Amino acid sequence: MIYADVLIVGGGPSGLTAAKMCCEAGLSTIIVERSHILGGQLTKQTHKFFGSKDQYAKMRGIDIAVKLQEDLASFNTLTMMLETTVVGLYEDKVVTILQHNEYKKIKAKAIILATGASEKFLAFENNDLPQIVGAGALQTLVNLYQVIPGKSMVMIGSGNIGLIVSYQMLQAGIEVKKVIEATDRIGGYKVHASKLKRLGVDIQTRKTIKRAIGKDQLEAVEIVRIDENFQEIEGTSEIIETDLLCVSVGLSPLHQLASMMNCKTTYISELGGYVPLIDDHFQCSVPGVFACGDMVGIEEASSAMMEGYLAGLYTCNYLNQPHLEAESLISHYENQLYELRNGLFGRKTLRGIEKRKENLIHA
Amino acid sequence: MTNRIVEHPILEVKPKKKIRFVFEEKEVEGVEGDTIASALVALGVVTMGHSLKKHRPRGFYCAIGNCASCDMTVNGIKNVRTCITPLEEKMIVKREFVEDIQDDIR
Ligand SMILES: Cc1cc2nc3c(=O)[nH]c(=O)nc-3n(C[C@H](O)[C@H](O)[C@H](O)COP(=O)(O)OP(=O)(O)OC[C@H]3O[C@@H](n4cnc5c(N)ncnc54)[C@H](O)[C@@H]3O)c2cc1C
Ligand code: FES
Repeated sequence: MIYADVLIVGGGPSGLTAAKMCCEAGLSTIIVERSHILGGQLTKQTHKFFGSKDQYAKMRGIDIAVKLQEDLASFNTLTMMLETTVVGLYEDKVVTILQHNEYKKIKAKAIILATGASEKFLAFENNDLPQIVGAGALQTLVNLYQVIPGKSMVMIGSGNIGLIVSYQMLQAGIEVKKVIEATDRIGGYKVHASKLKRLGVDIQTRKTIKRAIGKDQLEAVEIVRIDENFQEIEGTSEIIETDLLCVSVGLSPLHQLASMMNCKTTYISELGGYVPLIDDHFQCSVPGVFACGDMVGIEEASSAMMEGYLAGLYTCNYLNQPHLEAESLISHYENQLYELRNGLFGRKTLRGIEKRKENLIHA
Repeated sequence: MTNRIVEHPILEVKPKKKIRFVFEEKEVEGVEGDTIASALVALGVVTMGHSLKKHRPRGFYCAIGNCASCDMTVNGIKNVRTCITPLEEKMIVKREFVEDIQDDIR
């Protein structure tokens, strides 16, 4: 058995920032990360971020990932376990990990869950053919490993991720044949859409994929126009030859570990799916278990970092070993989070957070 | 190695050390920094495995170790998530549930 004050599951922006607070407060901390690198989604984001100075605006995601790791370099109470997956959790805060094909146990006084999100999928004929990939996966292959998996691509979904990834595929030399969107308007920021349009990419709304065509791998897609009830309009079918189809229809929180520990979860569409119910201090319904980042509601890296700092600070309070500057830091990061959610895109999140709170009260 | 970026407006493209490994009994090459799956995609492999029941081909899908699409047998160990496992010299990599995969190494 390995012992620690705090165990953090997930080494993305929220997990890394939470770790910083716990380490600064002198708590022995372990980060368990499934991948062989730290940084979560940031490790593949070559674009510059929005937000304010505290959230590293104007820095590229890949550079923020490096910065967050540098922030942790000096702590000798921190243990990083890479290529290690949390596979079981129990209410007494004993955690089973799988590390290089070996099962081990960790017992912690508090646990912070920061597992992020996974990509949603779409139902259509032949949707399991090779070369149909998630947006994050494509971004990882191209930006992180510098591998080009195809010559041309069709993108489903015009949210920010769909638009940004389309642009990044163009930068890597992949032809973007079309971006399609089922609703009647482009979902992401106008700046991202305009950049694509300037490069001649066709973005079409009210379109969806009917089926993928191919024997052993994707060869073409059939797309159709749809009406306001999302029903196919006859006679609008179009076949586009392509060797890659990218699905970017949103993310859903990886809530499973919370459920495994009997933390209450609820489906909240505004937050992306099932999320653990947390109180104002990021604590789940099981005392001493905290959750933050995309796992408690799909937002952005900027808010994931603010939530990570806060979850870390509240965890220190819970363990009666508060951070020396707890009070001022908490009010600072709470303010930052408030401001981030004040914009147009924040409204939906705020509605979701409200529901999350109500559900916790009733639980 | 044709499926690798050679020039990019933002990313720094550096020459990398080659890593030799064995895939389906053939000696092949990846580069330092690769995962097993990224090296295979760079080699033009699109079928990572087959579904259990209907044996439909499975490709690379999530890249974060979440979907099991890329599971392979590595050095005799089954169900290794190749998309999050770093490539190492002399690894022996095999697909699982291989029925009649046509060899797709370009
Ligand atoms: C294409 C794209 C563009 C984006 N652009 C922006 C932007 O411009 N600005 C912005 O602010 N945000 C942006 N985001 C969003 C941002 O990347 C995420 O909101 C953020 O990374 C969430 O952080 P997180 O720490 O909660 O989760 P993640 O970054 O997803 O990290 C979670 C980590 O947990 C690990 N993990 C999961 N399960 C386990 C387990 N069982 N055991 C061990 N480890 C596990 C995962 O491997 C992962 O490393 C973008 C996202 C995408 C996909
Ligand atoms: S591609 Fe999904 S687990 Fe590897």
